[in-house]
Amino acid sequence: MNMIQFLGAVQMGLIYALVTLGVYLTFRSINFPDLTIDGSFPLGAAVAASLIVSDVNPFTATLIATLAGALAGFVTGYLHVRWKILGLLAGILTMTALYSINLRIMGRPNIALLTEPTVFSFLTGSNGILYGIGAIVLVIGYLLYRFLTSQFGLALRATGNNMRVSPSYGINVGFMILIGLGVSNGLVALAGALFAQAHGFADISMGSLTLVTGLASVIVGESLFHSNHMAIVVISCILGSILYRLAIMLALNSQIAGLQASDLNLITSVLIIMAMLIPQIRQKFPLKSRRSL
Amino acid sequence: MIELKDICVTFAKGTPLQNTIFDHFNLQINTGEFVTVIGGNGAGKSTLMNIISGELLADAGSITLDNMNVSHWLAHQRAKLISRVFQDPLLGSYADLSIEENLSLAYSRGKPRTLCPAVTEATRSIFRENLQHIGIGLEDRLTDKMGSLSGGQRQAVSLVMATLRPSKILLLDEHTAALDPKMERLILSLTQKLITEKKLTALMITHSMSQALEYGNRTLVMHHGNIVKDLIGSERDHLKATDLVEFF
Repeated sequence: MNMIQFLGAVQMGLIYALVTLGVYLTFRSINFPDLTIDGSFPLGAAVAASLIVSDVNPFTATLIATLAGALAGFVTGYLHVRWKILGLLAGILTMTALYSINLRIMGRPNIALLTEPTVFSFLTGSNGILYGIGAIVLVIGYLLYRFLTSQFGLALRATGNNMRVSPSYGINVGFMILIGLGVSNGLVALAGALFAQAHGFADISMGSLTLVTGLASVIVGESLFHSNHMAIVVISCILGSILYRLAIMLALNSQIAGLQASDLNLITSVLIIMAMLIPQIRQKFPLKSRRSL
Repeated sequence: MIELKDICVTFAKGTPLQNTIFDHFNLQINTGEFVTVIGGNGAGKSTLMNIISGELLADAGSITLDNMNVSHWLAHQRAKLISRVFQDPLLGSYADLSIEENLSLAYSRGKPRTLCPAVTEATRSIFRENLQHIGIGLEDRLTDKMGSLSGGQRQAVSLVMATLRPSKILLLDEHTAALDPKMERLILSLTQKLITEKKLTALMITHSMSQALEYGNRTLVMHHGNIVKDLIGSERDHLKATDLVEFF
């Protein structure tokens, strides 16, 4: 592993930290397994890239891309809340539809941005993009922390924790799911827009691993810190995403294990499965000292 | 005052399992009354709670709270006027959130939820004060997870949560059924204390005949969706728990 690879992995981790925060919001905060994001990541990239090549200001393009992602989240939420379509299926349906929509938006399977202005154009120096993305992630992380600890954000987290009791405290569960999905998919689309501008292209197939990557990063972060404090949760999501990237890069670089790039999906799936099995195994075979009173 | 008029509820309408719970059911609860409800299985006690809270919408009939018709309000809208403590301590609060976050959620009941911080020093001191008042020593554990408390402690906090904001009626749905006898007495006396102090109107379902008469100032005996006995005043005072059995 050399410095360029290392910084590349950190940069990738920072972009996907936004995805990780989005996944945390759906899987943990509102307890909704949302697959829409596999479509809203390329949606963000597609919208931003298409607007930028049409000479729209890159900042405006990024903002519109984010809003487009939020809209995709609302569609999934609407299907689930209003028409009672199973959450998992609602997400898959929106994601499937987005594939066609993304192709329509781009008009072709990929768009190159290498010669176009981007939100990073004004940054100079070899690591300009890295610092730019780092700053964006810090600002978004802080805003999300403030959101999750607000009265509204607390009600949103409460929804995922206990859906049944929430109405009796005046919480509109359906509305919370809608907002949670909107914010989450907005974040993921923002990540897609930044990815396209940082790497100089948007591609129709770039969303295929969004969900599992985000989920794996959430799990890595959770294994670092066991805390319900929202500041720590946000930090652990960001660090989890970076560490996940570094771990993957290390695994693929090490000659001993004999892994190759195509093993990435397998490694990620096994990691998530392990993380889900371990708590159950612990419960089934409790250590004597851990016995409850 | 809360008034239920000609309430009809039928489950599984139009199927072989059709089950009519209420057929033109009427009930009036005056402000300041603490009503206990007793009745066998299938008497309609829980359905009555769910109809009032809005968890279940009646097929016909009207519900008015202080002359406000809330018949078509959903549960989260009625929460402005109605507070509730559930039977199962595990399901009635938020296990993965801290005690102060639970209290904050209850403190926002009936108010618009803003983007201001949910827990501040000001609200924290209100929460601490309210916990101190019930005297089970939880005021120093505000940041502990709700799930780390015992069933009895959780019901005590749930009671504080339900009474933190004013409400037209407090619904208690066998809220001591899952507790051991000692904790049950503690929670019941706490219930009585809070209702008296805050001058609340309350409706409590119970499975114990003695409790039905010991607590509150009015007792309803329900059977097959009807109120077969409405006990109040001296008639109620002279009744023993064993006499109640005859009404079933």
